[in-house]
Amino acid sequence: MDINTIRGLATLVALIAFLSVVFWAYSSRRKGDFEEAASLPFADDPQEGAVNTDATGSHRETHKNSRKRGVA
Amino acid sequence: MSTATLQPSYDDKSYNYKVVRQFAIMAVVWGVVGMAVGLLIASQMVFPELNLGLPWTSFGRLRPLHTNAVIFAFGGCVLFATSYYIVQRTCQATLAMPGLAAFTFWGWQLVIVAAAITLPMGITSSKEYAELEWPIDILIAVVWVSYALVFFGTIMKRKSRHIYVANWFFGAFIITVAVLHIVNSASLPVSLTKSYSAYAGAMDAMIQWWYGHNAVGFFLTAGFLGMMYYFVPKQAERPVYSYRLSIVHFWALVAIYIWAGPHHLHYTALPDWAQSLGMVMSLVLLAPSWGGMINGIMTLSGAWHKLRTDPILRFLVVSLSFYGMSTFEGPMMAIKTVNALSHYTDWTIGHVHSGALGWVAMVSFGSLYHLIPRLYGKEQMFSVSLINAHFWLATIGTVLYIVAMWVNGITQGLMWRAVNEDGTLTYSFIESVEASGFGYIVRAIGGAFFVLGMLIMAYNVYRTASESKEQSPQKKSLELNPTTAPVEGR
Repeated sequence: MDINTIRGLATLVALIAFLSVVFWAYSSRRKGDFEEAASLPFADDPQEGAVNTDATGSHRETHKNSRKRGVA
Repeated sequence: MSTATLQPSYDDKSYNYKVVRQFAIMAVVWGVVGMAVGLLIASQMVFPELNLGLPWTSFGRLRPLHTNAVIFAFGGCVLFATSYYIVQRTCQATLAMPGLAAFTFWGWQLVIVAAAITLPMGITSSKEYAELEWPIDILIAVVWVSYALVFFGTIMKRKSRHIYVANWFFGAFIITVAVLHIVNSASLPVSLTKSYSAYAGAMDAMIQWWYGHNAVGFFLTAGFLGMMYYFVPKQAERPVYSYRLSIVHFWALVAIYIWAGPHHLHYTALPDWAQSLGMVMSLVLLAPSWGGMINGIMTLSGAWHKLRTDPILRFLVVSLSFYGMSTFEGPMMAIKTVNALSHYTDWTIGHVHSGALGWVAMVSFGSLYHLIPRLYGKEQMFSVSLINAHFWLATIGTVLYIVAMWVNGITQGLMWRAVNEDGTLTYSFIESVEASGFGYIVRAIGGAFFVLGMLIMAYNVYRTASESKEQSPQKKSLELNPTTAPVEGR
């Protein structure tokens, strides 16, 4: 096989791999999973709401503030 | 937000913060040291007498000390601290193998001290960003494998099904740096302090820059993108703009970065096809880089007003802007015809620092200012206005630095390529050095701004850390009450 055929095929494989990742990531079946994953930084939040609102001067995150009381 | 499915069994004591604290404090210490050495050698370019006439303090020996200190000591400690913090909190699990985690701290500090002793003595393998000699290289490899065990061990303990995207970036950074370091550092020792590379000629150069550019791509980019994907959402108090884009960003970035190294070897003995490959892959790299930058900046949509009052968020967003700027500049400089002008000039140094000061250091400052109060049970840093002062010093310092280097670099490139009608060079080399004098002064001033900001950070961190020790746990829980906390703003 000619080396250029292999080069062409490698490009094709890379393209297919990229498109597969895009289709996998953007398929509607994954939506719920990804929303859950995106909220992971806030999953252990009991004290976080208060901390951030102090620095920003915003007091909108009341649901978070109410949860944080458990921290000793 | 579907956090309802992820109700945590939260307890601060369930996390291992000790090693995170140690790394965070040492990041600040090494940041001051590394940047101060940078300022010293920048000043040597203005006042050569500052080399003191001693071999140990000459530019050639202090320059690798500066790069190693800021990249591996400052950057490395920030990466250890943030990755250990983020992996615990997003996996809701304490660090695996705490003894080994403590070893990574002491082992890494030993590497840094060894570097600080050997580099001024002139003990070097002469590979850029991999100057350390073989005994230190072996210690780095042992520490790094331990780091991988602790990090992935913690991921295996996670409570959630999914691995958060920040951990993907940290994981890629840890694995790739292990491979890069072990392959590039392979050498034949002839004594305790001298070794020769296992590779020869153009192959050695290619392996060195495969390592060198991926030190940028993985050590200084992937790991810091992991920080971006955690601290920007936390500080903006909203999930990342598009989690799906973050997945495409991750796979595209790690797949493409690894090929970009040859652009450091344009017009050298490296085969032409390898140079062209490096150039094309560097150009393609613009897409995932900007995808990630847009994902980070758009996380603030609907929360832009927070930038007015929150200097931590300002650090994070400006770091992303510099990231976008330098990841545009980089592909452009990788084009062979542009590289013919820019290579070996100060433009390259300017490009590195728009990434290193603007992106890496600023995203680190933002992350540390978010992290450190939490590690010491406080709701914010000792002084928010000092964070703001640091932000402006760092921003102005970076801009002065990179503008000076752009002007110098283009001046040098044009002077070096200028020829008379008979084909002789128009300018001698020393004329281009003379023409660069003013730029070196501006660069040193910019560097002084940046170091001053870092000193302010060190003071702020010291006050935050030392005052929290005097507080009882009861007092701390009272202070977490948002209604009594002071509201900072202008």
